[in-house]
Amino acid sequence: MLEHYLSLFIKSIFIENMALSFFLGMCTFIAVSKRVDSAIGLGIAVVVVQSVTMPLNNLIYRNLLAPGALKWAGMENLDISFLGLIIYIGVIAATVQILEMVLDKFFPILYNALGIFLPLITVNCAILGGSLFMVERNYNFAESAVFGVGSGAGFALAIVALAGIREKLKYSNVPEGLKGLGITFISVGLMAMAFMLFSGIQL
Amino acid sequence: MNKYVKLVTTPVFRKNPIGYHILGICSALAVTSKLETSIVMSLAVIFVLSLSNFSVSLIRKSIPGSIRIIVEMTIIASLVIIADQIIKAFAYDISKQLSVYVGLIITNCIIMGRAEAFALHNPPGDSFLDGIGNGLGYTFILLVVGTIRELFGSGSILGHTVLKPVSDGGWYYPNGLLLLPASAFFLLGIIIWIMRTINPEDADAHSS
Repeated sequence: MLEHYLSLFIKSIFIENMALSFFLGMCTFIAVSKRVDSAIGLGIAVVVVQSVTMPLNNLIYRNLLAPGALKWAGMENLDISFLGLIIYIGVIAATVQILEMVLDKFFPILYNALGIFLPLITVNCAILGGSLFMVERNYNFAESAVFGVGSGAGFALAIVALAGIREKLKYSNVPEGLKGLGITFISVGLMAMAFMLFSGIQL
Repeated sequence: MNKYVKLVTTPVFRKNPIGYHILGICSALAVTSKLETSIVMSLAVIFVLSLSNFSVSLIRKSIPGSIRIIVEMTIIASLVIIADQIIKAFAYDISKQLSVYVGLIITNCIIMGRAEAFALHNPPGDSFLDGIGNGLGYTFILLVVGTIRELFGSGSILGHTVLKPVSDGGWYYPNGLLLLPASAFFLLGIIIWIMRTINPEDADAHSS
């Protein structure tokens, strides 16, 4: 049983990396990866939000939205899973907002470090994408919690690695026109190829 | 009249949302391994983008500034649900291939970005055209990347064989790399390179 979760965890970090094999959260991935310290801040924020919203959305999906989930309310044939999108994004926006307030009140140091990244996370596709994958692959509650932590960690790993590469890239002689974003895309492509090496791993 | 044409055409080439503003890249990369999925995805984005711009612009004077993000999100999410249901109803196979990426139009930064940058300050008609223009700009990149990836990756266009692959007794050795996620990054990097070489004044004015 434990192996199953461990395998899912490793898979969500390396093999099915949110950023490098599903292209999720690309806007923030490119925009916030100029410096390693801000990349670490964003990475931690993504892990936290992902690990909170994914199990929460899982509970909502299983108990309210899934076909037949409203049996306890006497509505067995009701299938409102199409409302999922709007509810997940609401949950994510609310979680981010609450997290921001809690951090501001109780952990001001952490708030100062993460504060500017939290609002960005609402529109990070990795978070919403995670919830949608969770529904599509029919994870149960424990699996969704593991997947949430794992996919968040995978995203954090990728963005910190990219920031490290970009800091070094400043010193290299890149052709005019390819400077900045062009070369960033090509380095991300090379990173994605490197991450494909993990695809054979089976635990 | 000229102004309206400009609203639609500027974002297609000069100020392309993907090549110039670097918005909405997630889906641009993920769905382009085949041309068919790229086309469906583009249509969905044009639909959502033009209507969300239009609706946000209609109520722009009555949204309080502090909750505008939530209001915009709700409008966009409802439109995406409609698009998702339409695709599921009329093109079920494609909706399976697009998997979660239709839903991810909600967090596509182009839509949020245009609502914030344009629709909040301009009348509904202009915003609608701006939405169509930016949607077409997105479509343009998706079609270029999708065509290259499908043609050279599997030797076909829209499922019709053009370059007959060796496995079917033809002469073309398909380039498997183009079907992999990494190739989309290379192609997009090269497209940005070309666009910035043609319009050097755009280069990284704000984004580096």
